[in-house]
Amino acid sequence: MTFSPALLVLEDGSIYRGRSYGAKGETFGEAVFTTGMTGYQETLTDPSYYKQIVIQTAPHIGNTGINDEDDESRKIWVSGYVVRDPSRISSNWRSKRSLEEELKRQNIVSISGIDTRALTRHLRDKGAMRSGIFSGELDNKNQDYFLKKVLESPQMKGADLCGAVTTSKAFNVKANGVKKFKVAALDLGIKNGILQRLTNRGIELEVLPVTSNFDEIMKYEVDGIFLSNGPGDPATASHAIDLTKRILKENIPLFGICFGNQILGRAVGFETYKLTFGHRGINQPVMDLTTKKVEITTHNHGFAVKAPIDKESETEFGRVMVSHICLNDNVVEGLALKDKKAFSVQYHPEAAAGPHDADYLFDRFTELMSKK
Amino acid sequence: MPKRRDINSVLVIGSGPIVIGQACEFDYSGTQACRVLKAEGIRVILLNSNPATIMTDPEFADATYVEPITTDILEKIIQKEKPDAILPTLGGQTALNAAMALHKEGILDKYKVELIGAKVEAIERGENREKFKSIVSNIGGKSAKSEICHSLEECLDSALKLGYPLVVRPSFTMGGAGSGIAYDEEDLIKFVATGLQASPTSEVLLEESIIGWKEFELELMRDHHDNVVIICSIENFDPMGVHTGDSITVAPAMTLTDREYQHMRDIAIAVIREVGVDTGGCNIQFAINPVDGRMIVIEMNPRVSRSSALASKATGFPIAKIAAKLAIGYTLDEIPNDITKETPASFEPTLDYVVVKVPRFAFEKFPGADTKLTTHMKSVGEAMAIGRNFSEALQKALRSLEKKDAQFDFSKVTESKEDLIEKCKYPTDGRINSVQRSLLSGISLQEVHEASAIDPWFLDQIMLINEIANEIKLANKLDFDLLKYAKSHGFSDLQVAQIRNTTEDEIRELRINLNLRPVYKTVDTCAAEFEAKTPYHYSSYDRETEVAKSNKNKVIILGSGPNRIGQGIEFDYSCVHAAQTLKLAGFETIMVNCNPETVSTDYDTSDRLYFEPLTLEDVLEVVHAEKQSGNLIGVIVQLGGQTPLGLAQKLKDNFVPIVGTSPEAIHLAEERGAFGEVLEKANLISPEHGMASSFIEAKEIASRIGYPVLVRPSYVLGGRGMEIVYDEEMLLKYIEKATQINPEHPVLVDRFLDDALEIDVDALFDGKEMFLGGIMEHIEEAGVHSGDSACSLPPISLSAKHIEQIRESTYAIGTGIGVIGLMNVQYALAGETLYVLEANPRASRTVPFVSKATGISLAKACARIMLGATIKELRNEGLLPKNKDGATTFKESPIAVKEAVLPFGRFRGVDSILGPEMKSTGEVMGIDTSFGTAFAKAQSGAYSGGLPLKGNVFVSIADRDKESMVELIKKLKDLGFNIYASSGTASYIKKFGIDSKQLRKHHLGEVEGETTSVQAIRNGDIDLVVNTPYGVGPRTDGYQIRTAATDMSVPCITTAQGLKAALAGIESLQKSGFRVKSLQEWAKDINSAREKMVS
Ligand SMILES: Nc1ncnc2c1ncn2[C@@H]1O[C@H](COP(=O)(O)OP(=O)(O)O)[C@@H](O)[C@H]1O
Ligand SMILES: Nc1ncnc2c1ncn2[C@@H]1O[C@H](COP(=O)(O)OP(=O)(O)O)[C@@H](O)[C@H]1O
Ligand SMILES: [Mg+2]
Ligand SMILES: [Mg+2]
Repeated sequence: MTFSPALLVLEDGSIYRGRSYGAKGETFGEAVFTTGMTGYQETLTDPSYYKQIVIQTAPHIGNTGINDEDDESRKIWVSGYVVRDPSRISSNWRSKRSLEEELKRQNIVSISGIDTRALTRHLRDKGAMRSGIFSGELDNKNQDYFLKKVLESPQMKGADLCGAVTTSKAFNVKANGVKKFKVAALDLGIKNGILQRLTNRGIELEVLPVTSNFDEIMKYEVDGIFLSNGPGDPATASHAIDLTKRILKENIPLFGICFGNQILGRAVGFETYKLTFGHRGINQPVMDLTTKKVEITTHNHGFAVKAPIDKESETEFGRVMVSHICLNDNVVEGLALKDKKAFSVQYHPEAAAGPHDADYLFDRFTELMSKK
Repeated sequence: MPKRRDINSVLVIGSGPIVIGQACEFDYSGTQACRVLKAEGIRVILLNSNPATIMTDPEFADATYVEPITTDILEKIIQKEKPDAILPTLGGQTALNAAMALHKEGILDKYKVELIGAKVEAIERGENREKFKSIVSNIGGKSAKSEICHSLEECLDSALKLGYPLVVRPSFTMGGAGSGIAYDEEDLIKFVATGLQASPTSEVLLEESIIGWKEFELELMRDHHDNVVIICSIENFDPMGVHTGDSITVAPAMTLTDREYQHMRDIAIAVIREVGVDTGGCNIQFAINPVDGRMIVIEMNPRVSRSSALASKATGFPIAKIAAKLAIGYTLDEIPNDITKETPASFEPTLDYVVVKVPRFAFEKFPGADTKLTTHMKSVGEAMAIGRNFSEALQKALRSLEKKDAQFDFSKVTESKEDLIEKCKYPTDGRINSVQRSLLSGISLQEVHEASAIDPWFLDQIMLINEIANEIKLANKLDFDLLKYAKSHGFSDLQVAQIRNTTEDEIRELRINLNLRPVYKTVDTCAAEFEAKTPYHYSSYDRETEVAKSNKNKVIILGSGPNRIGQGIEFDYSCVHAAQTLKLAGFETIMVNCNPETVSTDYDTSDRLYFEPLTLEDVLEVVHAEKQSGNLIGVIVQLGGQTPLGLAQKLKDNFVPIVGTSPEAIHLAEERGAFGEVLEKANLISPEHGMASSFIEAKEIASRIGYPVLVRPSYVLGGRGMEIVYDEEMLLKYIEKATQINPEHPVLVDRFLDDALEIDVDALFDGKEMFLGGIMEHIEEAGVHSGDSACSLPPISLSAKHIEQIRESTYAIGTGIGVIGLMNVQYALAGETLYVLEANPRASRTVPFVSKATGISLAKACARIMLGATIKELRNEGLLPKNKDGATTFKESPIAVKEAVLPFGRFRGVDSILGPEMKSTGEVMGIDTSFGTAFAKAQSGAYSGGLPLKGNVFVSIADRDKESMVELIKKLKDLGFNIYASSGTASYIKKFGIDSKQLRKHHLGEVEGETTSVQAIRNGDIDLVVNTPYGVGPRTDGYQIRTAATDMSVPCITTAQGLKAALAGIESLQKSGFRVKSLQEWAKDINSAREKMVS
């Protein structure tokens, strides 16, 4: 029972004592909780979690180790990881190494032995906030030091983070099977799951850096454009928003996911706002307002689009309707343009981790591109 | 899509008696369904033969029929009540099969009633194993290689193709009834016979064995708008080959990556769509090959199941309640989540804790039973525990079993490695303990994994527990950190004490001094994402507690823990009643229990629910937490059976207020010597007896009072370890065994009363007055445990004088002990002498039966009395009748007969004779105007087929019974039966002019041209067996006859009294058949008769 101590300190001064897990050191980020019971590997490698300290409400983490297939991007993005009972061994035929080894290898400062439920309840009531994990040499540091460091770290509101996660140069991904379409995907922090879902439908992808402009994109002679998920405050993404306006004007088929939904929302003139504690989990009920069917979906968003649910909105680009809502809190989860070939969802139809109920949206995209 | 308007009345079918594989979880689901339907303004008609259920309380339905669940009865109810629809998916396999039978007989069409919940075609597709396989392959899933067979010949052919070992799985069954793993042809022949017999469609599936793969279950719900959600994933600790009902199971699944889990989810959703379960719940089982992840679909149950109850308790998502709403037209998104109230039910619960279920077995009651676990379920109950991690939940679950040796033992391992490995190989009750001991002894995880196929992740968790035990042992001093570490991995104070060689009290004191106490977390379906409005708690050693303050007066009700033989649903019934009535009386009710199958552990039943083990430590902590948050009036220990009763004194010693009968008074009834004095003062007698702590003493007592004697350990329930001993040699054998049963308590030796009539009485006391709840006369003579004996209320042969004597004696005993609340007394009437066998100062097994038969809620009255109400007040209030009591009968009173249901069919090779040790798992009630019909109804409810009305009877009677039974056999003949008999019986009855066909004795061996009795039974030529036992043991003919009858489901009568009752039943059935009458109609008749008596 010899453990090396660690602390999780929140910006409101609360302190949670635990054990050092993964790498030792100091790390900062917005404390957010996710309620998924499976898929920690996907979560850790999801670029949308950049600059966030992620708390897993599921107590046992690491049971199936880390394998070579389930990463959602090239590395772990979370700035820190908070768990209750990390696994001591990995048990799965696909497992290649343990989660702790991986966290250490990628230098992710983490903490275990935390009452993650108490922490989650706190964040639920007080909202997501800045936080820090401290481990290693703690003896000569005091509470004031920890809190000061946390308060010095940047806020999520107003954070422009896409630049840090996007690909540095364009790359091509071949269609799986016969090529039917070519799509440019603006990488705001794109997940591998999205690439797979698109290419599985005969789409060849050009994945482009976030800074790409319209002409650069159009050089690839694409049938459609995809706006990916990604971290940060959508209000800061002015380049992507302007780009989207141009795409709409030209009426090129457009599909956006998560951050992409917020960008489309802002492009047509809606506001975005920060949710108290966000939606992060893989059990969220979303209703497709066109069919009234409920799908269980993966969410990972701290911001949302503000738009009227009960009626269409007249915008610069014609009529826009809210196509999907989250049934838990009526947050806008999808937008559809009636007069343009564009739609987007706030959640993750590519799942990874999570259920596949919303997979049909990728088909909607190919249908949209087929419509001449 | 809101509620359907074309459904105004629904017939709900219950699951009948508690049997292995189908326990009180269906009372839980049925009760929820009835509640929902009623609240929706639908007229609810209910059929269930089990009187011990909450669902059959008259207030849950508009017309409650406690009648056998047969096609005939169902048709009569449909004819009379004209329901618009039938809901068959909440009453287990029994209800599903009953509905299928109605369809096959054309009754659904004839009366134009619709099945809701699942359509006939969907049931057919889900339950017919062959159709199901093709569905799985249609949607791109895989099943194990298999062949479907309808005869032994087909099976032998298929076996050649598939190779051994093979799994035999009958269609339309549950609990693995009739299934098994065949390693060779001999096994196969054995299993196929029972398998074909068990399947209502005489169909079995032979399947390649995938023993050792990982086993999982998903619970799903679907609405008619095709929304599907997964409520819970469950992983079996025990790999494939052990029925999920017998496996230790864990929720959520622990060893799946998201990819595998989502693949499983996709397949499950495709299956439910393809099968076409259009509304409601269903359960799908999977196997995964741990080596390469290959996934196979094992089966689906297109209905609410045992696992659904577990999943509901594990997640807080009330599957049955929602299923009932979906069945009448709602969609998931239209129904609010019960716990958050604000979010909808169309979501998937997520857990921030771990749930472990452990099965409870009763092999000790069935000597000779094969204790290996297999595909055929053998457990009689289960306990569930919730913890913030697996180790905590597991250790809590193990101590919830209340079974000696169930908790991990950390003493030095002395067994050899070979022995330990051998024990890990074969699944048995307690294999997990062998696994833990193996790891403790230093055998490597890999080796244990290879022997047991248990996933390494689970094994590592057990290693962790062992490591902590070792740290506790080696620590110089137990400090806060170490003790907290141990507690957060589920160690009990007692375990820590054992490791440290000290006492539980001392560890508790240390812990309290360190201010180390559990916190209580909430089961909220959403991992704290939303606020929970329902106080459904479990303990953990963590940072923050969620128990809310309250200013109401609180009462804690201690439940009865896992079902076991002798302590089952009946006790849950009483606890639930207490919660209901005390809530109404303005108290805040707090339930503590750990049985996931029950109504008491529904978070709606009480104001607060603590899902906790019922050990002293766990209960004291709940008491502490509740004292911190408000005013605790007291704890009720009287309603949950022996489990809470056994805690009474220790709770009191720890300054916990006990309401009702005081622990001192309890002692007066439970301790033989003290009870003897109570009897003496009251001028009552008990059978001559003595108490022995050695064989010599026992021998002396036995020779003083004369053989046969009845011997037993003190402080037992359900006649545990009780035997009739005929001579000194048997006595010696017994003492050798008995002293191991319970070393702290001596052995009691009683004179055995031969040929005595046994009587059971339930009565209420308020300190001054007595209210007699009911007097039951047993059908079988004393010597057959009261729980196994059929009985009649009112008594059929007692005179008014006897009844008066019983009333007076009961009053004297109750006041002598000082009972406040309920008491149960058992008497034996031998000749004209009334003996007192025992008094139980608590609600008894018969309380629900008495309440149903008389229409008086004894448990509710008991709860009120414990909290200070008087019988007089309750009479005025209307909770008890204004005048007279449950022992008064009127011309209009029905006769109710209770019959016990025995699990012999599950334990191949166990003798089916009855004795003083209880063996039944459940009961049914038959209620009618005459004893004969009521008895026949009870038989029909207890055994498929019930009493035969014609055909062949085989009689084989012990010499001592021959004289008394001749008349009865003659009567059988007069009623039109053909008599077959064994040689001795045949020649004896011949002297009285009864001709019979003689069958060869089994032990003489089989010969060409002459059938033995056993052959005749196995050939299906016999419709009724009458066999009174002479000698016990597997070599006797009697044993073989009874076993054959059990295997073939032929009714088997083993006593003269039983035959007498059966004759009455057959006679009245032949005359008039069954009529149906609801409890509400009976109550109306009884009440108006009572009214008349006043005026
Ligand atoms: N092919 C097989 N090989 C090994 N074990 C099996 C096989 N099929 C089923 N089992 C085991 O038998 C148990 C009971 O089978 P199941 O079809 O679920 O019956 P029931 O309908 O009675 O629940 C399962 O829980 C599983 O452990
Ligand atoms: N002296 C006796 N003579 C005959 N039968 C007895 C005698 N004592 C007990 N029995 C039988 O044994 C059964 C179990 O005994 P009981 O004292 O009720 O045990 P338990 O507390 O386990 O219910 C009784 O129901 C009765 O049939
Ligand atoms: Mg089944
Ligand atoms: Mg099963």
